[in-house]
Amino acid sequence: MAGEITGMVEKRGFGLWLTHLVMIAGVLVIFFPIWLAFVASTVTQPQIVQPPMPIWPGDQFIENYTAALVSGVNVPVAVMLGNSLVMAVGIAVGKIIISLLSAFAIVYFRFPARNLFFWLIFLTLMLPVEVRIVPTYEVIAGFGMLNSYSGLIFPLIASATATFLFRQFFLTIPDELAEAARVDGARPMRFFWDILLPMSRTNIAALFVILFIYGWNQYLWPLLITTDPSMNTIVMGIKQMFPSGDDVADWPVIMATSILAMIPPVLVVISMQKLFIRGLVDSEK
Amino acid sequence: MATVELDDIKKRFGSTEVIKGVSINVADGEFIVIVGPSGCGKSTLLRMVAGLETITEGELRIGGTRANDLEPMDRDIAMVFQNYALYPHMSVAQNMGYGLRIKGLPKAEIAAKVQGVAELLQLTELLDRKPKQLSGGQRQRVAMGRAIVREPKVFLFDEPLSNLDAKLRVQMRLEIRELQAKLGITALYVTHDQVEAMTMADRMIVMNEGIAEQIGTPLDVYERPASLFAAQFIGSPSMNVVEAEGRDGALHVGDMRLPNPAAAQGPVMLGLRPEHLVPDPDGPIALQVQLAEPLGANTLLHGKLPDGTAFTASLAGVHNVGHGGEALRLSVTPEHMHFFDKTTRRRLT
Repeated sequence: MAGEITGMVEKRGFGLWLTHLVMIAGVLVIFFPIWLAFVASTVTQPQIVQPPMPIWPGDQFIENYTAALVSGVNVPVAVMLGNSLVMAVGIAVGKIIISLLSAFAIVYFRFPARNLFFWLIFLTLMLPVEVRIVPTYEVIAGFGMLNSYSGLIFPLIASATATFLFRQFFLTIPDELAEAARVDGARPMRFFWDILLPMSRTNIAALFVILFIYGWNQYLWPLLITTDPSMNTIVMGIKQMFPSGDDVADWPVIMATSILAMIPPVLVVISMQKLFIRGLVDSEK
Repeated sequence: MATVELDDIKKRFGSTEVIKGVSINVADGEFIVIVGPSGCGKSTLLRMVAGLETITEGELRIGGTRANDLEPMDRDIAMVFQNYALYPHMSVAQNMGYGLRIKGLPKAEIAAKVQGVAELLQLTELLDRKPKQLSGGQRQRVAMGRAIVREPKVFLFDEPLSNLDAKLRVQMRLEIRELQAKLGITALYVTHDQVEAMTMADRMIVMNEGIAEQIGTPLDVYERPASLFAAQFIGSPSMNVVEAEGRDGALHVGDMRLPNPAAAQGPVMLGLRPEHLVPDPDGPIALQVQLAEPLGANTLLHGKLPDGTAFTASLAGVHNVGHGGEALRLSVTPEHMHFFDKTTRRRLT
């Protein structure tokens, strides 16, 4: 037994090589399509359609990316990026605010039917956007929020997952801390603002990363409620670029758009990586 | 600085009564220790004074004014918690100044006050640290500092020393007492440690199952325990209690005949503190020693009386007793005999 355990912890010789080989192969498999997309975004249309496909970057980088950003196919990609950014940040920030407040209410206040409310929130976990999409559309259309940022953001803000996460975190904070704040004279919102919020910092960062990507990757909902191309988001925009009928696909520009669409989430993950990992691994107590 | 009056304070959680009516008038500047085993309601009582629990019945007055329905912040109290409850993301200085910040004092004034208290508690060098970077004793001091800096009318301590090691506990015990005396602020202090209670209290409340068994000075409680519970809870090793019967002008414990200073008639409970027993070849008490614990200055002898009751004696100096179960005769002076009623368990005479 002991031998097996050491063997697992420190791989030597052949084992070491094998694990690295598998890892490198895995990275290549995941990275190769992205590489191809990048290559395709730097060559000309004829070079793409002509077999064999190029696997090294061409010299059209600046031309293709400028074309994508400034004119795009239907709408300039810059506009779609902006829309996506507003939507993703709006959803992430909105979800975090709503869930922090509802978790705060559920954990720190005794009000009638508190548990009922908690389970009602929890129950909505079972109803993802796709399930409630028709009635939600009806409501948003009724409010006249089609083709607007509020229409893109509000229906996706309510979040049982984040509420649950914050609830669990708040439950680990010792009661004495709330009591000490009370004795110090802090009213509930003051306690929330001065104590709970700073203590939840890492959790908020971790959630922000997850929710930003969730918002960024929304496809079905923006597709439904934005008919005006200037309100398109990038993820659905890529699909809109695909040719229909006799149009010719401008693959270099589409590929450039795909690469551009990947950059913001990557930036968010990288810039918040440290906080993100701390938020998932430990909590400041 | 203020008086604290508890007038028949009761607390019920649903139908269970956890505090069954406690009354005490705490004088200005007095140090009161509430002592009792876990679950006796001592913390609940303190939390009711703090305003963290509602008072079901009775009246609480702080500085003469009714405080039952006041928020904790309006009662002008400061509390030190068992786990210190320092705000983990704030520095020591911010922790100490938080209450003042909420009151809306100007920054310079807060800094000056925090600085003053930090000097008093020797925390000056730690002001920029986070609680995580402090040792247990230092955290304890910061928690104290946070309480002092607000200049409250009343200090409330909820087992503040129980997370510290034994040596630090003795040191902090002294420090807290000195500080309190210096500042002259009324204090209520909850502990389960009878040594803390004995050494720190001006007066103490011995609590058991929601009842104040006895309220008095430490020596009072030690010398004239009002009930069997108080008698056995205070003092270490705890008081021997044996069943006795008064008849024919003497006190009979099994086959042993003891003097009967209280002129007790019929069955009573007799309490004898281990340290009041003296070896005496003609003494009335026959102890069959089973185990000796030499502590240096004195020796604890654990054994049995002839009728099988467990009994402990604490004799001065070193007593070499074999392991074979040696018989020893002891006597006790009449003023050190405590009599309790067998049913009410209260003190007689």
